[in-house]
Amino acid sequence: MATKRVEVRAPMSGIFYRQPGPADPPYVEIGDTVKKKQVLALLETMKVYQKIKSPVNGKVVEIAAQNQSPLKDDDLIFVIEVS
Amino acid sequence: MFSKILVANRGEIALRVIRACKELGIKSVAVYSEADDKSLHLKLADEQICIGPPISAKSYLNIASIIKAAVQSGADALHPGYGYLAEKEEFARACEGQGIIFIGPSPANLEQAGDKMAAKKIMEKAGVPVIPSSPAGTNRLDEALRFCRTIGYPVMIKASGGGGGRGIRICKDEGGLREDFPIAKAEAAAAFGNETLYIEKFILQPRHIEFQILADKFGNITHLGERECTIQRRYQKLIEEAPSPGLTAELRKAMGDAAIRAAKALDYFNAGTIEFLLAPDGNFYFMEVNARIQVEHPVTELTTGIDLVKEQIRLSADGKIDYTFDDLNKRGWAIECRINAEDPDRNFLPSPGTVDVYRSPGGYGVRLDSHLYQGYELPIYYDSLIAKLVSFDLTRDGAIAIMKRALEEFIISPLKTSIPLYRKIMDDSSFRKGEFDTGYISKFVPEEDDDD
Repeated sequence: MATKRVEVRAPMSGIFYRQPGPADPPYVEIGDTVKKKQVLALLETMKVYQKIKSPVNGKVVEIAAQNQSPLKDDDLIFVIEVS
Repeated sequence: MFSKILVANRGEIALRVIRACKELGIKSVAVYSEADDKSLHLKLADEQICIGPPISAKSYLNIASIIKAAVQSGADALHPGYGYLAEKEEFARACEGQGIIFIGPSPANLEQAGDKMAAKKIMEKAGVPVIPSSPAGTNRLDEALRFCRTIGYPVMIKASGGGGGRGIRICKDEGGLREDFPIAKAEAAAAFGNETLYIEKFILQPRHIEFQILADKFGNITHLGERECTIQRRYQKLIEEAPSPGLTAELRKAMGDAAIRAAKALDYFNAGTIEFLLAPDGNFYFMEVNARIQVEHPVTELTTGIDLVKEQIRLSADGKIDYTFDDLNKRGWAIECRINAEDPDRNFLPSPGTVDVYRSPGGYGVRLDSHLYQGYELPIYYDSLIAKLVSFDLTRDGAIAIMKRALEEFIISPLKTSIPLYRKIMDDSSFRKGEFDTGYISKFVPEEDDDD
C-alpha cells in the first residue's frame, strides 16, 4: 500500500522549540505516532507562542528544523506519514 | 550632571532616552543584540556596543554583559527603559556595585514593588484602599458567608493553590455563594489538592486609572495626574489618555493623595506609577506599583509639560522636586495608541517582516515615538510594539479628531498592524463619550477560542 506523507510548515517566521521548557522532554520524536491536532512543537514570534499541531493522524518520519533555531515563513518543520 | 549614559534597552524607548540625553548635552551609549545591528537606536547614539546573540536572555537580559559594556564605555549612569531589566533589583545593585548610577527607583523600591502581596500589606497600613479580601483562606461556608456580608457582593472565590485564572468563580449574591462554594471547594481539591478558598470583592465594570509619581532623594514627592488605561486586551494596554474622562476633580484629588501616600509608604525614589482599579461607585483600590518609566508616559508629558525622562535623569543626579501638581501648567488632552505588528483580524497574531512602505503621520498635535523606518526588518525575537502614536489638543474631542486623521495618514506595509482597530475605536460612540470599562475591547474583538 502506498503511504501518503504530509508536510508541516512554519505558519510564519519565528523561533522553533521542540519542547515547552528547557527541562521538559520534546513533544515528539521521530517514529512517534501522533493524532490529528496533537501539539508537535512551539513557534515563538515576537514573544507570542503558537502551537504547531499535526494536521493528520500518523507517524513522525522527519524533523527538519533545528531546536531553538529561527525559521522563516513556510520553512519545512515535520514530515508526517498518514495512517 | 552625568557625562555619559548607557541605555540598556532597544526599540522606541531606547530612542526616547537617547533623545533626552542629546537635549541635556549628555553622551549616550546604545547596546544591541546581533539581531538589532540595523536598529535606529544605534544610529542616534554616540557609541554602540554589541551585548550578545539575538535571544533576549543572552543580550538585553544579560546583566554581566550590560555591566561590562557600561564599564568599558566609561558611562557614569545607566537608564534601563521599561521591560527587560528595568525592575530587576539585582541589576540595580550590580550597577551600584560598579559605581554606575541606575536611573530609576532604589533597589529596595524594586524589591517591594515586585512582591505584590507585600506591597498590598504596606498600602493597607498606609491607609491606601486595597481590594477587600479574606485575611486567610477558608474551607467553611459559614465563615465565607460571614465575611461576604462585611464586604458586600459580588465576590470572587478562588483556590488558594490555584493560578492563571483557573478555579475562579464569581458569586453575585448570597444564594450564588451557597451554590458555588461547595463546587469551588471540590474543584480546588481536585485540581490543586487543596480545598482552601480565598475570597475577594469582585469589582464589576472597573476602570484602570494610574497616577504618575516623581520623588527626589530628599523626601519630596509629587504626582503628575492620572492616566486612563482602561482599554486593554488580555491585560495589555492599547489606548491611554490623560486626563481621564472618568474622574471628577474630587476623585482626582482623593486618588492623587492616595498615590502620594503609597509612594511615601514605600520611601519611593524617582519615577513610578501607582495603579488603581476604579469602581463605577467611585471607590478605588490599589493594584500595584510600576517601578519604571512606563510605555504610556507621553500622555502625561504632553498635558503637564514635564519631560519625565529628563526628570528621571535630573533626580538621579540629586535634583530636587520643588513643585506640586497644582503648580503645573496643565492643559489639554492627550491620547496614545500603541501600534503593534499584530493582525487584529487574526486574533492578534504577530506580523513580522520587512517594512517596505513607511509613511509616518505629522502635523499639528501629533507625536510619534517609533523606531521604524522604510526597509527595516522587524526581528522575530522582540516585542511587537512598533509605534506609539500620540495626539494632543485642548479638548478631548480635538485630540480624537487629530488621532483619527493621523491614523489615516499612517501607512506601514505589508505588515499587519493594529491601526485599523484604532480607527474603528476613534469612531465608536461610547469611546467618544468616554464611557468604557476594562471589558470594552470585546465589542471589537471576538472572545478568542482556547487555541485548540
